[in-house]
Amino acid sequence: MTERMTDMALPPVLTLRDLTVHRGAAKILDRVNLSLGQGETLALVGESGAGKSTIAVAIMRLLGTAKVAGTIELAGEGDLLALTERQMVKLRGQRLSMIFQDAGAALNPSYTVGRQLSTTLRRTQGLSTAEARKRAIELFTSVGINDPEGRMSAFPHQLSGGMQQRVMVAIALAGSPDLLLADEPTSALDVTIQAQIVRLILTLTRERGASCIFVLHDLALASQSCDRIAVLYAGQVVESGPAHDVLEHHRHPYTQQLKSCVLEIGTKTLTAPEGTVPSHAQMPPGCRFSTRCPRALPRCAGEAPPLVPLRATAAGPLDHHIACWNPE
Amino acid sequence: MTLPPHAPDAPVQPIFELIEVEQVFEVPKPGRPLFSRETVGLRALDGVRLSIRKGTSLAIVGESGSGKSTLLRVLLGLDKPSGGRALYRGKPIGEARARGTGFARDVAMVYQDARGSLDPRMTIGAIIAEPLRHFNIVPREGEAARIAQLLDRVGLPADAAERFPSGLSGGQVRRVAIARALASEPSVLVADEAVSGLDVSTQAQLLTLLQSLQRDMGLTLAFITHDLGVASYLCEEIAIMYLGRIVETGPTDAVLKAPVHPYSAALRAAAPQFFEPLSEPLPGEIPSPLDLPKGCRFSTRCPVAQSDCQSKDPQLGKLGSGRAVACIHPITQA
Repeated sequence: MTERMTDMALPPVLTLRDLTVHRGAAKILDRVNLSLGQGETLALVGESGAGKSTIAVAIMRLLGTAKVAGTIELAGEGDLLALTERQMVKLRGQRLSMIFQDAGAALNPSYTVGRQLSTTLRRTQGLSTAEARKRAIELFTSVGINDPEGRMSAFPHQLSGGMQQRVMVAIALAGSPDLLLADEPTSALDVTIQAQIVRLILTLTRERGASCIFVLHDLALASQSCDRIAVLYAGQVVESGPAHDVLEHHRHPYTQQLKSCVLEIGTKTLTAPEGTVPSHAQMPPGCRFSTRCPRALPRCAGEAPPLVPLRATAAGPLDHHIACWNPE
Repeated sequence: MTLPPHAPDAPVQPIFELIEVEQVFEVPKPGRPLFSRETVGLRALDGVRLSIRKGTSLAIVGESGSGKSTLLRVLLGLDKPSGGRALYRGKPIGEARARGTGFARDVAMVYQDARGSLDPRMTIGAIIAEPLRHFNIVPREGEAARIAQLLDRVGLPADAAERFPSGLSGGQVRRVAIARALASEPSVLVADEAVSGLDVSTQAQLLTLLQSLQRDMGLTLAFITHDLGVASYLCEEIAIMYLGRIVETGPTDAVLKAPVHPYSAALRAAAPQFFEPLSEPLPGEIPSPLDLPKGCRFSTRCPVAQSDCQSKDPQLGKLGSGRAVACIHPITQA
């Protein structure tokens, strides 16, 4: 993105403090601290098992039996983790909504897409059946579905992957949420369709002044679509800040490694990193990247580095955080 | 497709040569009455011309529905094309396959779904031993040593031979699939999306492996991918497909640097690039192959289509320096 939001003048819409998630004995998220300003787009990037989707699902409070600790503060609602399920049901679709990776699996195969959208509209907006239908057709038009009236009676399997994802976007935006969570919304789609969907989500959230969290694995796409980036490794945020700072002036060795693996057109040299992410049984108690880190010090494996802001030389504290004992 | 630039008249026989290959499937006509047998031809491949020279690496790129996998099935002789000729070292692929095990041994395949291509009840050692025994590559007593050698070549520990596919990670099963493909000592490796759906660091590990294998063993590589970055890293040549036809082909760097076909240019622009503004996406979606657009099949989405594009169907024509394009109004570089 060209416009940078370095100084966060706006009050944050969402603040995560020490968000920790256990599934059985495995700590799948480890003290995640993040905040998101109004109208901002944040990309969560990292490899599988990094906890990107877990953060999004935890914000929706859809993690089921997993043990969640810390706080998830949504402006005007307080800590989401303190709300009852009844109160959460009201928020989902109205203040928070989520677009899933596999639209085909997220849509109900036995109802028409028109009915699925109308139901959401009637529930979140309190519209009558006729009003909901009218509004649904408008929404289908705004997400770029051709022949929106005809498509109202289509079943999900009759639509292409790109069209299914457009329907998901329409459903997610039906209740005009303040915060949209998009979990790899385009990873199952062809590149030309991916470009259409990413642009669509960005345009529609900007029009509505909504904030957006994108879960992505493509760093280049994150740089093109998001104001800020948080890099995760094995459940820990290792670096976060404005997209440009994180990607161009990264200080964490993992961000460096992740970036060096991105293949841009014309890339001819590639240094493959050694090893893999350790399993949860073998996770070091300190920095989880220490087992693969080329800059690891003796203290790294035992003592977890806190996520702290980098100090700028002149302009005061920067919104660029890293968690590393031996930054680059 | 691409003739060697240094010796245009040298009679170098390509490993694979496809001449006007067509693959038409008869499918039930959409909306036909119940019990009707009416069918309609689905042109999955239409007039494909391609040659793969020995020792080169070719990327076949295109979106879903462009015919990449059908093309692969024709190359492997799994399907006989309904029109045109598909040759392997100058002979029809079907004949080459019928004549003993030579073809199967020489042309190895790495499948897209690596885990699905490995028998879950067999150990990794047994999986790799199968081609070794089938083609009598090594005597039984040398088998274990050869398996260890192959596992080492693809960067797996020797004790992986004792394990089952379920005990391996996504990146590791791909390595096993590559080791099995290499077991028959092939000269051609055909890979269908061999690195898609992996994390970038695992993808980088596999790509460096594939590149070193190709260089060290002089393999000929046909690599299906949808990722232009992967194509540009691994393959010298590229063929871009759209709706069953190759629309542009040539040396990868030249094609990606200055694409001539509007579809290649659109693919190029849609690939994410650091801090570039998001490109204007192509409108619409790939049309159904049951109802091909008239004239140029890309004309319905082409940003620079003109009126004659809807009437004339462009064929793949040579441009020089190994490049070819199927377009009436190719992009001219300013």
